[in-house]
Amino acid sequence: MRFIDEFREPELITKAAQEVRRLAEPQRHYRLMEICGGHTYAIYRFGLHDLLPPNIELIHGPGCPVCVLPMGRIDDGLSMTKDPNLIFTAFGDMMRVPGTHGSPLEFKARGADVRIVYSPADALKLAQSNPDRLVMFFAIGFETTAPSTALTLMRARAQGIRNFSVFCNHVTIIPAIRAILESPDMRIDAFIGPGHVSTVIGCRSYEWVAREAGKPIVVSGFEPLDLLESIMMVLRQLNDGRAEVENQYKRAVPWEGNRAALKAMADVFEPRPFFEWRGMGCIAQSALRLRESFAEFDAEVRFQLPGIRVTDPKAAQCGEVLTGTLKPQQCRLFGKECTPEQPVGALMVSSEGSCAAYYNYEHRKAALTTLAPAL
Amino acid sequence: MCLAIPGKVVELLPEDGNLAVVEVSGVRRKIDLGLLDDDPAKTGDWVLIHVGFAMSKISEADAAEQMRVLALLGEDDDALHR
Amino acid sequence: MPSSPKIRFRDTQIEMAHGAGGKASRKLVEGLIVPLLGGPLTGPLGDAAQVSTNGTRLAITTDSFVVKPLRFPGGSIGELAVNGTVNDLAVSGARAETLVVSFILEAGLATEVLEEELHAMAAAAQRAGVAIAGGDTKVVEHGKADRMYITSCGIGRPIEGVEVSPASVRPGDRILLSGPIGDHGITILLARGELDLEADICSDTRSVLPLVEAMAAVAAPGIRWMRDPTRGGLATSLNELALDCGLGICLTEEQIPVRDSVRGACELLGLEPMHIANEGQFVAVVAPEFAEAALDALRAAPGGQDAVMIGEVREKPAATVLVSTSYGGTRVVDMLVGDPLPRIC
Repeated sequence: MRFIDEFREPELITKAAQEVRRLAEPQRHYRLMEICGGHTYAIYRFGLHDLLPPNIELIHGPGCPVCVLPMGRIDDGLSMTKDPNLIFTAFGDMMRVPGTHGSPLEFKARGADVRIVYSPADALKLAQSNPDRLVMFFAIGFETTAPSTALTLMRARAQGIRNFSVFCNHVTIIPAIRAILESPDMRIDAFIGPGHVSTVIGCRSYEWVAREAGKPIVVSGFEPLDLLESIMMVLRQLNDGRAEVENQYKRAVPWEGNRAALKAMADVFEPRPFFEWRGMGCIAQSALRLRESFAEFDAEVRFQLPGIRVTDPKAAQCGEVLTGTLKPQQCRLFGKECTPEQPVGALMVSSEGSCAAYYNYEHRKAALTTLAPAL
Repeated sequence: MCLAIPGKVVELLPEDGNLAVVEVSGVRRKIDLGLLDDDPAKTGDWVLIHVGFAMSKISEADAAEQMRVLALLGEDDDALHR
Repeated sequence: MPSSPKIRFRDTQIEMAHGAGGKASRKLVEGLIVPLLGGPLTGPLGDAAQVSTNGTRLAITTDSFVVKPLRFPGGSIGELAVNGTVNDLAVSGARAETLVVSFILEAGLATEVLEEELHAMAAAAQRAGVAIAGGDTKVVEHGKADRMYITSCGIGRPIEGVEVSPASVRPGDRILLSGPIGDHGITILLARGELDLEADICSDTRSVLPLVEAMAAVAAPGIRWMRDPTRGGLATSLNELALDCGLGICLTEEQIPVRDSVRGACELLGLEPMHIANEGQFVAVVAPEFAEAALDALRAAPGGQDAVMIGEVREKPAATVLVSTSYGGTRVVDMLVGDPLPRIC
């Protein structure tokens, strides 16, 4: 696969890993946060932990749009299925996320018309081909995904579609990074920046991280060579005492971002004054809602939503894991009350949630005393 | 958060809104090119696909440059400094 | 040898996940079905049961086929119903001889659809060398069945010299795979049309009996365990083995064959090929002294040219499937809870 296989080339990965080990100064402990859940997933999938020296610690950040969604919002979304005429559509990522009364798949088992879509455009197509039904799209994602929802809404309006609505749970990454940096337990040295969000918001959006917070941030691709190269770049900055924004993912990320995508977002959405992030509390200006001009498509306007705030069980430590204060396996529920089969929090059910990633890819390796050598 | 995959534009579909057929390793899907209005994609271009939309064009030159630098790892320290 | 712990089934309702072949399925079977049905069913859950009647050893298996759409590139439900049961017997070391089939048909189903499936079954049975000796037909109301469900029960005789059991697996044993994974599941996913993807991928449905027999001809005493990785994929089959034998199943990523287009679909949708269903492949654990001969025999047999050694059994990590890359990265590959779901994050 072009633009993928080259960046998974084993010999180059080995060389890059050697370079990382060479750059990591032995007396230093490096704490690097990868913000994006996709990076968390990639790190585990490619076994990158095995390549890093023990003094490089990777801390998983809150860039998982499913993980940060409070349970109450899932309940709100599912409450719309009371109407048997409604087709509830969402990405596969949402399907097993538990609400108070069950997950979307569990609602489906009880008779609700719940369908997986790959694209908001597919949800709109469902509305077009089912004029007697109401199609609701449960929109999630950071700025990577929001422009696609925005364009879909613009197309819906242009085509005069009446039976389509969006329940908007898009969140924005910069306020989350700010919240991390402002958190009192924060001990992060540098950031590996979200590669795909940056195709939209551009690298300049992170300049304040370097300038004000004095932390290096390298915008990274998702292949093993990308991540290793980004770690190299971060280490060089830290060793040199620099704090800059760098773009490792040049082949896909324009420094200025995507103007058309930003415009589509601005035309369709406006920032909410504040939004609750699961485990992180309310963060100002951190989420999007539909503008009044698109009110006819806004599920929150069209439907009566319970809007009940659901707090996580006291024992669950989702917030601490989300902000990187705790490692997944340090949460008291990890692997006991909270497993992929019966997840308590979204970090265990979302494929890029740090708990799920750790559980599915890593934790049984504890039995290994030495690395299993490749055959 | 964001699964995005490089795909090659194999056919533009001007009658179909802003769509194009994009291919990933033999798998084809109609992708909306609407976010690339500022620098429209042509047949043969590689684009980054996320939820059925093209997010950016992939720069073959930048990819090649990246590979060039990575290949030099371990050989010449000077070549690594940007 | 550690046995699977008795898991009590606590879910209050049955979900789709319970039929997906992964963790939820295992919980249902181990936690509810086996305890209540008891008898010779206790112990590791194999694909088929070996029974002895009047001194004759027979293998018997049953399987249900529920697929939407009924017809898809490379096959149809009828072929699955024949090949699936033949394969279940083959991987338990038996040669299928006779099938009985039962149909649950949805009222309103076009006769020509049923006729097509019957033709497909007859052809598949002939190719597989089995007779369909009988069966049953029920019709349910419109909306109560997805057009057609087929259950087939197969009976066969043990293949000379082959005895498989997770208990016989030892560290050092090699793991062989008959061919590329993921074809069937991705074909079905694309054929449903919900994801709007097109590709030249077809189901790999076929009888694997000839390949099993080719391997048995040279390596019978060394064949420890076999499975056809259907729903839940290779990862589920190997995790079941790991749990049943308590050892580590260590695979090399680069050795696991996946067709380009299957890989493309998996990357696009965020799926792991090892979790995707296959209907014409099997995985075998073979003692090291027999492994090369077994592999050569597979590769020489018609349809076995893509057979490959994908890993070996080790003591550690216990009860775990570990995949290593040639650059030294490792990851655990677990069973999924339910069906694999496309993701965008």
